[in-house]
Amino acid sequence: MPERKIRVMVAKPGLDGHDRGARVLARCFRDAGFEVIYTGCHQTAEQIAAAAIQEDVDLVGLSCLSGAHRALFPRVVELLREKDAADITVIGGGIIPEQDFPALYDAGIKAIFTPGASLDSIVEWIKTNIKPRA
Amino acid sequence: MYFSKETKDVSLRLTKKWEDEVQKTIKDNPDQKARFSTVSDLEINRLYTPNDIKDNNFAEDISVPGEYPYLRGNQVTGYRGRYWTFRMFSGMGSAQDTNQRWHLLLKQGQTGLSTAFDYPTLMGYDSDSPKALGEVGKCGVAIDTLEDFLALMDGIPIDKVTTSMTINPPATILWAMYCAAAEIKGVPLNKIGGTIQNDMLKEFIAQKTFMCPPEASVKLISDTIEFGTKYVPRWNTISISGYHIREAGSTAVQELAFTIRDGIEYVDDVVRRKGLNVDDIAPRLSFFFNSHIDFFEEICKMRAARRMWAKIMKERFGAKNPRSWWLRFHTQTAGCSLTAPQPYNNVVRTTIEALAAVLGGTQSLHTNSLDEVLCLPSEHAVEIALRTQQILAEETGVANTIDPLGGSYFIESLTNKMEEEAWEYIHKIDEMGGMIAAIEKGFPQMEIAESAYRFQRQLDAGEKIMVGVNKYATDAKHTIPLVDIDEKVGEEQIKRLKDVHRRRDNRAAAQNLHDIKNACKKGENVMPHCIAAVKNLVTLQEICDVYREVYGEYRDPGLY
Repeated sequence: MPERKIRVMVAKPGLDGHDRGARVLARCFRDAGFEVIYTGCHQTAEQIAAAAIQEDVDLVGLSCLSGAHRALFPRVVELLREKDAADITVIGGGIIPEQDFPALYDAGIKAIFTPGASLDSIVEWIKTNIKPRA
Repeated sequence: MYFSKETKDVSLRLTKKWEDEVQKTIKDNPDQKARFSTVSDLEINRLYTPNDIKDNNFAEDISVPGEYPYLRGNQVTGYRGRYWTFRMFSGMGSAQDTNQRWHLLLKQGQTGLSTAFDYPTLMGYDSDSPKALGEVGKCGVAIDTLEDFLALMDGIPIDKVTTSMTINPPATILWAMYCAAAEIKGVPLNKIGGTIQNDMLKEFIAQKTFMCPPEASVKLISDTIEFGTKYVPRWNTISISGYHIREAGSTAVQELAFTIRDGIEYVDDVVRRKGLNVDDIAPRLSFFFNSHIDFFEEICKMRAARRMWAKIMKERFGAKNPRSWWLRFHTQTAGCSLTAPQPYNNVVRTTIEALAAVLGGTQSLHTNSLDEVLCLPSEHAVEIALRTQQILAEETGVANTIDPLGGSYFIESLTNKMEEEAWEYIHKIDEMGGMIAAIEKGFPQMEIAESAYRFQRQLDAGEKIMVGVNKYATDAKHTIPLVDIDEKVGEEQIKRLKDVHRRRDNRAAAQNLHDIKNACKKGENVMPHCIAAVKNLVTLQEICDVYREVYGEYRDPGLY
């Protein structure tokens, strides 16, 4: 059997419509050989967690530029844990001030990418840190 | 342009000679790049000469300001009679917080107001909705009821200052609040002036704050245009926006084409649905463009937009009133051109972009603050941004003469080229059956996604440069103070909202909502009912819930 590809879900929690980064990354991940699911704008944390489990993804990449990351990113991790899906890695990106990083890491967000991060650096992080589940 | 045979011959001869010299020179000193292009990837020649604009007819294509096709501007006196409006987009936290910022800006010489609402308001949810979690007051001001709105407008002379409101799906409601506020302050509707963005097509294409499906969304817009035409004649009931299309990653040509095509769609709808004459409604239309970092491309885009719209109004719609031919626009400098590293460089970028907007002939301008890539603007940062406009207007002399770059071989040639490429898009969308049909096919969305991705790849490959990001980057930390919106803002807003629900006449509110629902079902104009409703403290979400119930909800198809 061929090795399973890394399955990535790109998601935008909350009401934020700034989806340029999310969509560019979805394309980039596809070109990098990952399987990509993009759920579109305006997803609740509940919808994102449920979709991640249903789609059996290895990684969820959250994008938020509205300032709601403080409430919404930890909520996604919490919901995944509640549903016994803590093995799904959650990373985030967007307009996120450095002062918010510690709280997000504490909440279980594994990596944060902010404006200026190159596409390659994000792909590289995923290839290094995520192994597709068997 | 008409050049004598002698000029053309001399030009050709000298150009040939120059080309020979170029070939010799680049053998030993090659160019730095194989290809030179704009930030939108439009190829630019090394030199432009009279031959590049020999087909332009001065009277028909260029002319003078205040004359068709308005390439050089609508106003016969340019900025001599009046500068563009210094209009800083601002909104944060509670209505009181924003009102305070507005008074500060007016004191510093701002000449128009512009409102940023928070996401729940933009999307038609009250602050106590579960969907508003973490968002209240974050990206702008939270408005749930007329009481919040009156607090926002406290001490603002609405008979003198014009206010722009960046609001789309709930535009009918926020505008109803403005009209109600005017009545309460004793100012008649025909004396108030301002703008509601109210452009839903670009929401589906780019900005993604949508609520109901496209067809119903456009119906609500036509309601506002009709109501404005009859009762609020100084109000711009729509600001047809390219800004967000560009921020989403489009090229300058795509911004130009999709915006103009959106404009055509709105005119088509209001003329057909409301049976109004094009000359009655056209003066109520306004536009909104981005001013990005590629200086000349932006100037040419704005000039081309004016000429294209004039042709469309005159030739496609048969408008007779010269006012109908005018494309009037607001400009904002490009948020997406700003960098988080080395944030002080953003002042320089914004200055150049603002200068392009002025040379492009904008009527109104927002200059971004240096910290807007990180947070809402601080008082200090917004003051520098406002002063940037004032320095351009009052010190540099760029407003002394009209369209100073008009007639330049390069500027006229690039203006022509951008216009031609934009027409191609417009014809393509016409063939698809219009912009709503094109959106349903995902056409503009995918064109933009393609451009955004190409640009990011070019950036990663070092083919396009952002200073401080992919070139001249340093490890130095340039820390600037960041504005933080307290989570308490949300809690207090919810408290206020609960209190309103207790105090208001709930029977009257229910009747208002019933009336709005009936108007929606019968296809009648909702505006008078919205004004009556907000006066009874019906909330923003209550009205939006009616829209959602009657028209259905639009969901992001998640195209990439």
